[in-house]
Amino acid sequence: MHRFTLEAQGIQKSFGGVRAVDQVSFGVRAGEMLALIGPNGAGKSTCFNLLNGHLRPDGGRVKLLGQDITGLAPRKVWKRGVGRTFQITATFGSMTVRENVQLALQSHRGELGRLWTPSWRLRGGQADTLLERVGLAGQARRPCSVLAYGDLKRVELAIALANNPRLLLMDEPTAGMAPQERVGLMALVAEVARERGMSVLFTEHDMDVVFSHADRVLVLDRGRLIAEGTPDEVRANALVQEVYLGSGFEPEPEAEASAC
Amino acid sequence: MLSVRGLSAHYGRAHILDDVGFEVPAGQVVVLLGRNGAGKSTTLKAVMGMVRPTAGQVLLEGRDLVGREAYQIARAGLGYVPEERRIFAELTVRENLSVGRRPPVPGLRPWDEARLYGLFPALGAMQDRPGGRMSGGEQQMLSIARTLMGNPRLLLLDEPSEGLAPVVVQRMAQAVRQLKAEGLSILLAEQNLYFAHAVADRAVIIEQGRIRWEGGMVELLNDESTYQQYLSL
Amino acid sequence: MENLLLQGLNGLASASSLFLVASGLTVIFGVTRIVNFAHGSLYMLGAYLAFSIVAHLPRGHLGFWGGIVLAALAVGAIGALLEVLLLRRIYRAPELFQLLATFGVVLVVQDVALLVWGAQDLLGPRAPGLRGSVELLGLRFPLYELVLIGIGPVVLGLLLLLFKRTRWGTLVRAATQDREMVGALGVNQRWLFTSVFFLGSALAGLAGALQLPRESVNLHMDLATITEVFVVVVVGGLGSLPGAALAALLIGELHAFGILVFPKITLVLVFLVMAVVLVIRPRGLFGRAQVAQAAVASVAEPVLGRAPPALKWLGFAALLVAVVAPPFLAGDYALIVLTDMAIAVLFAASLHFIMGPGGMASFGHAAYFGIGAYGAALLTKWFAAPMLPALLAAPFCAGVAGVLFGFFCVRLSGVYSAMLTLAFAQIAWSVAFQWVEITGGDNGVLGVWPDPWATKLNFYWLALGCSVVGTLALRRIALSPFGYALRAQRDNTLRAEAIGINAFGMRWVAFVLAAGFAGVAGGLFAFAKGSVFPTALDIPRSVDALLMVLLGGVQTLAGPVLGALAFTGLHEQLVRATDYWRLVLGAVILLLVLAFPQGLAGAVRRWWEGRRHA
Repeated sequence: MHRFTLEAQGIQKSFGGVRAVDQVSFGVRAGEMLALIGPNGAGKSTCFNLLNGHLRPDGGRVKLLGQDITGLAPRKVWKRGVGRTFQITATFGSMTVRENVQLALQSHRGELGRLWTPSWRLRGGQADTLLERVGLAGQARRPCSVLAYGDLKRVELAIALANNPRLLLMDEPTAGMAPQERVGLMALVAEVARERGMSVLFTEHDMDVVFSHADRVLVLDRGRLIAEGTPDEVRANALVQEVYLGSGFEPEPEAEASAC
Repeated sequence: MLSVRGLSAHYGRAHILDDVGFEVPAGQVVVLLGRNGAGKSTTLKAVMGMVRPTAGQVLLEGRDLVGREAYQIARAGLGYVPEERRIFAELTVRENLSVGRRPPVPGLRPWDEARLYGLFPALGAMQDRPGGRMSGGEQQMLSIARTLMGNPRLLLLDEPSEGLAPVVVQRMAQAVRQLKAEGLSILLAEQNLYFAHAVADRAVIIEQGRIRWEGGMVELLNDESTYQQYLSL
Repeated sequence: MENLLLQGLNGLASASSLFLVASGLTVIFGVTRIVNFAHGSLYMLGAYLAFSIVAHLPRGHLGFWGGIVLAALAVGAIGALLEVLLLRRIYRAPELFQLLATFGVVLVVQDVALLVWGAQDLLGPRAPGLRGSVELLGLRFPLYELVLIGIGPVVLGLLLLLFKRTRWGTLVRAATQDREMVGALGVNQRWLFTSVFFLGSALAGLAGALQLPRESVNLHMDLATITEVFVVVVVGGLGSLPGAALAALLIGELHAFGILVFPKITLVLVFLVMAVVLVIRPRGLFGRAQVAQAAVASVAEPVLGRAPPALKWLGFAALLVAVVAPPFLAGDYALIVLTDMAIAVLFAASLHFIMGPGGMASFGHAAYFGIGAYGAALLTKWFAAPMLPALLAAPFCAGVAGVLFGFFCVRLSGVYSAMLTLAFAQIAWSVAFQWVEITGGDNGVLGVWPDPWATKLNFYWLALGCSVVGTLALRRIALSPFGYALRAQRDNTLRAEAIGINAFGMRWVAFVLAAGFAGVAGGLFAFAKGSVFPTALDIPRSVDALLMVLLGGVQTLAGPVLGALAFTGLHEQLVRATDYWRLVLGAVILLLVLAFPQGLAGAVRRWWEGRRHA
């Protein structure tokens, strides 16, 4: 048993001389929900893309269950057992909900090379089971293009679960959702993660979500890891308050000082 | 100032706005609250002429704007700041601002670059930077500043806090309050209750394309049942 | 040495003209995202109008240069009118539909020019005062060419100033990135677009008018120019003025020196350069990643479903009639047309496979049709192969070409990919045209007759059988896991990669499959006609296939079938009925595009569903 599902060891990446991610090291423990937060432009997205294979790090290593996956293409990272959801929901609009999940299952089973079998004959039942798990059984036959935003997020989750991932990467999973939907989605994710012993690494701007669902929190600023700990520890950290959390909204509505 | 009456819009067969009506009194900040897909953005776009309403009126000081092109509505005094910010990525900060420039309006102190850099000092420090190389928070400021260059009398702000760090959201709230203090009327679409609370005078709750509640912000916070039903965590 | 210098200057002069046309196209594309096929027609109109205007003005400097400027302005006005009447209505239509519309304009302009100016080449006046030549390093060089060389850089400078220094230029650059937002900021973007079209068209007109003293004005100027200009614009990077300038220079000089160095492959050379540039720099020399046009609402492609049962039965009935009826038809003509239709259906279905499910545009699908045709024909001619083995070899030849060309084409996306397919098709065409020893060049391969058992009727049944089986096979593949994976990478490449789909591999396999099926159609075509000419793989044939697919509609599997039948039938009737068939066909295309932006099959389906809901 590995202590960490995923381990980043001193990863770094520069764009045009600017260090977007600078010597960042951390580990995602088995079965934990780990949040990655930080100001806009702190390098969260870059960090994510280094882990999921979309970008190749300039230095450092990424290990999944002890195996080196540094610089592997996204689809190979997926094959090793990393599921992923996108900040802006990404589903296949020309297919029904069920076909979306079916396709991911077929891909996991290596069935995409089949040119002659009708697709609807393969993995339909498994797709339904997954859809039921995320609460979308009733929507299975609708095209993804007509679904409500919150439901699309669930479709994405079902797609991401198709390969029984050891780790789920979620880029701002609740962006664009109403508060009550956010809680519902994250509660579902936490539940599924617990059932499957799956780790979850997510970025998030909604502090309510972070502090109520994360087991641990990482804080990134200007490409560097500036804090790491439990939600309470991070919330109490003076540096994190200064660069990210702020001191709350000013009580006086008629603020005289100019903004920023 | 702005009065929306019986506004409806369709997308294919689906009703996306159904008999939406509310008022934005002069000099006040009104927030449209509701979940994603409830119709907030569509309401703003319909007001701005970017979505064609199938019925209803949008009255700006009594003049109906429905049926006019977006550019005509902008010229009539509405300023629109889109949710996605939609900065011209290859244009510099200064050029972005110049696209928004419109002639001064009698009775309003005209906006110029210097005054905007006073409101958002961060922009002043990067006048020649292309919009595509700015952070999310900076782009949001630029998007607001660019719209202000058109000297609007009423500002439509679509989720200015979306995807921004808490500390940036707090600064954004200060800016909005300052704009209000200068006499601008603002219609805001938001999901961030903290932000809405910090800036708004009145609230309108929209769900599935219909108005469910309308009243003062303070009233809303005290209205336990409404709060529970639509907004609670 | 002297020759080299002279060729170099010649190259500069043509580079200058090329740049003028290309700059107009690239400016228009930058703002409207429309690849304007009719840009070459505007260039041709510039030349014709200049010819007529100069002839009516008094001789002398004023008459000549005034005529040139007036012609350019008139073409600008025509372009603006085109924008207002046609393109403005289809900005939200799919990219290829816009292309189809502009191709309709090409057809119309061709026949209008034929009506007004006649078929014979026209020779314009020389430029007053510039008839002579100057001595440069001991060589005589025509003065007018020198003036031309100067005009290019001057126009480039003026355009750069216009875009960087004026408010109009800033607005245009902003609209290039997000037109709707520009409108929301109070700018009347309609006039902005119309003015951009005026400018771009006027540049094309100016370039055409300036050719007057150099070469004869003729009806082939449009397509000859547009392919060249596409190459320039794509090599330079779509939307980039400096890119267009550099690429014009490159292509101009390549032409000039290519004739000296490789006289045998001059035609291939230009397209080879384009292919190499695109392989190394997928967005051209100066091209940048296209900013997503937020204004154009990306309507999701509909879910592929089964056709309504009634339509399905209608299809079966039609097929039954197609099988049973022909023996009772009088005369060969009907059989010939029916055979053509069967072949066209398969050809269109194969193109649809990569365009619809694959999401790739191909401007050069005729390459695989033609390679299949030549493969079968050459086997028959040089190895006396019987018909059936030759027919089997056709998809093999086309498939091999698909493996090779596809490997490069499917790496790129959008217009660039389409242009690379065009480049490869032109390379294939040039080989067929210039490798006279093997292919017979322009004279074609003759005597490709079917085996004795294959009478006109039997051959028709063979063609129909291949067509039906091929089309159904493509349909089945589209609905297999592979077909879904193919659509997945079209819908959302990032998402597809994130569930383990190898987008490149999927596209490549699809490309090869489509090439193979096009090859079958080509092989049948060779035996149906008894001969193969380079026209089997030229641009008009690729455009025919595009027309069939787009007329029928990309979104449905039945689309290409309907489109192929409608197009072949229409084309056949028009050619028989009138000399001005292009005019009518062009007008029909324009009407269809304006009336049914979703294609025929889409319109039928919507009408059907609407009726059911009503």
